[in-house]
This record gives sequence, structure tokens and C-alpha cells, in this order.
Amino acid sequence: MSDRNRSFRLSRRQVMRGLLATSAFGLTAKFGTGCAQSPSSGGGAAADGAAAEELVVGFIYVGPKDDFGYNQAHAEGAAAMVADVPGIRLVEEASVPETTAVAETMRSMIEIDGAKVLFPTSFGYFDPHILALAEEFPDVQFFHAGGLYQEGVHPKNVGSYFGYIDEAQYVAGVVAAHMSPAGKLGFVAAKPIPQVLRNVNSFTLGARSVNPAATTQVIFTGEWAEPVKEAEATNSMADQGIEVITCHVDSPKVVMETAERRGVMTSGYHADQSPLAPEGYLTGAEWDWSSIYTELGQEFVAGKTLMAGDIPHVLRGGLADNFCKLSPYGPAVSDEAKAGGDAAVAAIESGELVIYQGPLKTNTGDEVLSTDQALKTDNIELEKMDYFVEGVIGSVS
Amino acid sequence: MASTTTWRRSLEAVALPMGAVLAALVIFGVFCALAGANPLAVYGSIYRAAFGSWSAWQNTLIRASPLMLTALCTALPARLGLVIIGNEGALVVGGLAAVSVGLGLGGSLPGSLVLLAMALGSLVAGGLWIMAAGALRHYRGVNETISSLLLNYIAIALLSHLVQGPMRDPAFVSKPSSFEIDASAWLGTLPTTRVHWGLIYGLVASVLAYILIQRTTFGFAARTAGGNVRAARIAGLPVGKLTLAVCFLAGSCAGLAGMVEVAAVQRRLNESIVSNYGYAGILVAFVARHNPLATVLVSVLLGGILAAGGILQRSHDLPDATVLVFQGIVFLCVLYSESLYGRFAFFQEREAQVEAAVASV
Repeated sequence: MSDRNRSFRLSRRQVMRGLLATSAFGLTAKFGTGCAQSPSSGGGAAADGAAAEELVVGFIYVGPKDDFGYNQAHAEGAAAMVADVPGIRLVEEASVPETTAVAETMRSMIEIDGAKVLFPTSFGYFDPHILALAEEFPDVQFFHAGGLYQEGVHPKNVGSYFGYIDEAQYVAGVVAAHMSPAGKLGFVAAKPIPQVLRNVNSFTLGARSVNPAATTQVIFTGEWAEPVKEAEATNSMADQGIEVITCHVDSPKVVMETAERRGVMTSGYHADQSPLAPEGYLTGAEWDWSSIYTELGQEFVAGKTLMAGDIPHVLRGGLADNFCKLSPYGPAVSDEAKAGGDAAVAAIESGELVIYQGPLKTNTGDEVLSTDQALKTDNIELEKMDYFVEGVIGSVS
Repeated sequence: MASTTTWRRSLEAVALPMGAVLAALVIFGVFCALAGANPLAVYGSIYRAAFGSWSAWQNTLIRASPLMLTALCTALPARLGLVIIGNEGALVVGGLAAVSVGLGLGGSLPGSLVLLAMALGSLVAGGLWIMAAGALRHYRGVNETISSLLLNYIAIALLSHLVQGPMRDPAFVSKPSSFEIDASAWLGTLPTTRVHWGLIYGLVASVLAYILIQRTTFGFAARTAGGNVRAARIAGLPVGKLTLAVCFLAGSCAGLAGMVEVAAVQRRLNESIVSNYGYAGILVAFVARHNPLATVLVSVLLGGILAAGGILQRSHDLPDATVLVFQGIVFLCVLYSESLYGRFAFFQEREAQVEAAVASV
């Protein structure tokens, strides 16, 4: 009898081992970043009855498809593409890290699913993974979000597209400054790379076009997804009396929710975060991939390709070209702020407003542009930005 | 007693893990059915995506090869009674050392010599990293599990600092990265495959580790110290030196994984090398019961599971976390099966039955 009991008991060592291993699994799962279910429009049903002419388009995301951020923006665009363009079948894979895993995913999509067009959306997929696969599969088109394509250097079947989302950040800055009596704005930023700096600067310039004394406090978290630091940064901004907080991190969810709880107004990024901050959400700079993806989808179905030169290798645009947009104004936004925001959108779309217009100084006092100089949105100089403009509180290094 | 292993015991060692995997498949099938997918179709897809063709096998092996190396970082010290989970950190410093050596030598030497130097650099760096945890344990009594875990964070922070600052290549815009190592020092793929040489490194390291632990006096001494450290001291074994040496070897395996990741995959140093290979290696080591040869099989199993992750999303509309659920179920079942050793009369040698039942607990 006692022997029997014994066989159901675990020794202390076994329990310890189990605990260690399960906690190791917990870590693994955390670093795997995935825990997302979202309605997918690809699917098993389509697989069986797929007509021969159906074009298979693959989308790859670095995180979950419902992250309220970068990946969600792309996933919504992909869903719009299949909904609006008949003859396209979508295959999707989420939470694919920037290692051999993405190379294998692209290969499976091509070899198993028969994909002819791939959209590996994460910035870091490009070099070396997309470039290597593009060499190997010259008749598959690879589109990458990020504008890294270089004529003559990269394979002909690679294209890149990116939006000047800082135009939307400028408008968000205008709205934020209207709503902030003290002119104290905050920006939670991931890394000091040119894109992020440009967003911070455009947001600040927008704010200062309304209130020349407005300032933007920047806090870098150091990583694209660092929820704890994002929350800390948001809280410390709230403690300092900052009135509107925006961000550039992979998923603005934590920043938005934390700010809302602290009663601070917010301005979103990547996708619409108004459900996360129903009271304080003013507006936000959103990607608008739907229109671009739909347009590209129609060209694919019409038989156009990058290789034949029917589709340009570099597609870029701002508010006027529907590459980005602003979230609908939240309930807190005053009529005056709405009017200011709308006017800024109109001025940018018509080309009459240039965001980087001299005289412009960095926040360390160096001159960037003299009075008669200006850098238009598509100027390549802006993509090498390594400074903060006057009005930003923070340092790039 | 160890040398009298006979077919029943061997059968037990094979049958229990296999049974556990089968049980895991059944549980996972129930999960899939609840999530609205046909379990049989899912099994078929997993098999096809992981082991169904040569191409699928290559996918599996590519994912398995870093795990073979990182698993040894936990498996070796475990034989000495230490629970080291600093695999990720050792991998990172290994990659860091490899890139530093590779960039330092540049194209000045033939590629194979540069590769050799990079490998040595990563072995030493990873080894010293884990040896630090071993030394803290032996000389200061610091818990090696905690210290090695914390060393991971230090390593990753160091990596971030270096690639965002001193080592950064300003012309490479997709993410903060070091300069690219010279093309002559890229680690290629095995002939006629797309699997890189890291697989061979992993296999060789596992076999060497097995021989070292099971077939040498050094390994015997380590196992003795792992069994009872006081007895080992009384027997005059140099426990301190053993600890340092085993930790060094363990760390160097993970460091080598970092070098492979840099030389064969990323070709420059950036945060993409922090992609969970270290933590997955801990799992592999525990599931393999710290047997260096079994880690190879478990790595391939995990590689297969990871390789199947995509098809679950693409063909069955299951969420991206499904593969993690599957992985978790498999590993929990295998770990549970460990508690069943010696509990089935069928696997007992007739005369050694009682003795074995006691010894296995």
C-alpha cells in the first residue's frame, strides 16, 4: 500500500526541476512575443477551392497582428487588399523573428503556398534575409516597408514603400499644442534613429507653429517593445505635469493606457488607439496601408511586376498620397484645435506648408537651416536626421 | 549498476519520451479541436512542415542547430549539480567576441583562418562569461541560477550599448548594427543544402560533450561532484577546478552558437541575435535529461515544432501563439514522464526491480 502511494508522489527534486523548466518556458514564451488571435482572412477554405489564376500574396509580421501598433497597421492593410481586390489569396504569419525563421517562412510561403508576392513587413527583415531570398527566387516579388531599396545594388524583384508619417505627426503636434495650455508635451521614443528623431521633431515643430513656447520632453526606452520602461516614462511625464503624450514604439498600447489612467491626454501612433484611451485621445499619426496595398494588389492582378518595370521600385508619399492619415479627433478636442489640425492637413496636402523651413536650429543651438533654406518632405537629407530641433528637451545620444 | 543497462531499461528510456510526445499530441489535438481546427489535418500539416520532405527537414535542422549548442550550456553544468541558465548571455558575448575578432582581422587573413579566430574568440568569451557564474558559486556561494540569469541582462545591455554606440555602422539603417564582417569570413552552407555549418558544430560539440562526461575520468569526477559534493571533496576531487572547467566548456558552447549566428546568419552584430535560442536551449537540456546526445534529438524535435509553427497559422487559421502552446504541452508531458521512470514493472529487470525503483526517485 505504501509503495502504491509512493508512486503518486513527486520527489522534491522533481518538483524543483519541473518548476525551473516551466519558468524557463514562461521566459521563452515571453520572448516569443506571441499571444494573439485575430480574424484572419486567409484560410484553409480558400486553399482547396483555389482557382489556378488566384494570386497568392504572403504577409509576414514581426509581432502579433493585433498589437495596436505597427503590425496591426499592416495587417489591416492586408485585409483591405484581399477584401477590395478579387483574385488575391492572402497567407499570413505573425510573430516571426528577424532570424533564419523569417527566411524559412518566406521560403515556405513560396514553395508550399505558391506565393508570388511577399510583404515581409518588419524593417529588420530586409538585410540579409529578403535580399538573399530575392536572389534565389527571381520571379517572386518582395515588397518591404522602409524605403531601403537601392537601384543597381539590390535585386530587381525587390521594391520598397514607405510613408512620410512625420507629416501626420506635425498635425498631431498642432492639435496637441492647441489642447495644452502650458505647452508641455511628451514623447516616449524607442531608439534614436533618424525616423524616430524626425517624428519627434515634426511633432515639436507642429506644436511650436501654434505655441512658440511649447516644448517636447523626450524619453528613450532603448527598445521597440519595452512595456515596463514605456509605463515608467509615461508616469514620470505625468508627474512632471506634461499635458499631452505621444510615442514612437512598436505598440503604443502601454503608453496610451497609462496616460489615460493618469488623466493625461494622448496622441497615437501607427494605428488608431482611441479604444485604449477613450477620454484623452486627441488624434494620432496612423499608417494608411489600405490604399497602397489595394493599389498594389490591383497592379498584381493586372499582371504588372517590379521586374518588368511596371511597378516603381520605390513608393513613397505622405498625407496627400494616402500613405498616412490622422485618427479621427477624440471627444476632448476643441473646435479651435480641430480647425487648426484641418488647416495644417490642407496646407501639407497642397504642398504650401514645408515642415522643415528655415530658420531652424537644433536644441543645442547649432543652425540646421538658414532663413531662406527649406527641406521638402521627400528630401533625402531628412532621412539622415541626427539632431533634435529647438523646443525638444532631450539628447540624441 | 550503470554498466549493466539492458534492453528493458533502454526500451524504457525510449518508450517513455515517445509516449509523452504521443500524449502531448492527443492533448494538443483536443486544443485544436476547441480552437476550431481538425486535429488530424493539423497533425498532417505538422508532419509535412517539419519532417515531410527534404526541404522541411532542412527547415527543421536550421532551427535545431543553434539549440544543440545552447542546450549544452545548461546540460554540462547540470551534471555537476549546477543549474545554469545564462545561455542567452553567453551566446551574446560569443557573438560579440566573434564580430570583434572578425572585424579586427578584416580581410587581412584567409577566410578560414578568420573564421577559426572568430570561433576561438567566441569560445573564450562565452566560456569566461559562464565561468564567472561558476566562480561566484564556488568562491562566494552566490546562487549560480540567479547570477547566470542576471548575466544575460548584462550581456544584452552591453550588446545594445555597443551596437548603438561605439561599434555602430552608421550606413546600415535598418537597425543599429556593427559593421559587416568580410564576405570571406562568412560561414557557408553544407553542400547541396541550405543548412549552415552550425549544424555540424552542434553535432560535434554534443558528441564531444557526451564522451567527456560519460567516458573520461574528468566526466566521472564531475558527475561524482554533482552527485554529492561533500563526498567528492572527501575523495580529494578538485571541486573548484571542476566547477570552473565545466562552466567554461558550457559557456563556450553557447558562445559558439553566437559566432554561428553572426557568421552564418546576420553577418553583423545586432540585437537580432537575441532571439530566444538561449532560453529554448534550457528547455532542450531539461527535456533531454542533460544527456548531451539526447539534446541533439530534442533540439531536432523542437526545431520541427518551430518549423511547423508557420503552417498552423497559414493553413489552419490558428493564432500565432499556437506553436507555443504545442511546445509547452510537449515539454510538460516529457518532463512529467520523467517521474514515471521505474514505475512500470515491464521495464524492470526481474532481479533488480526493487533496487532500480529506489534509485530512480
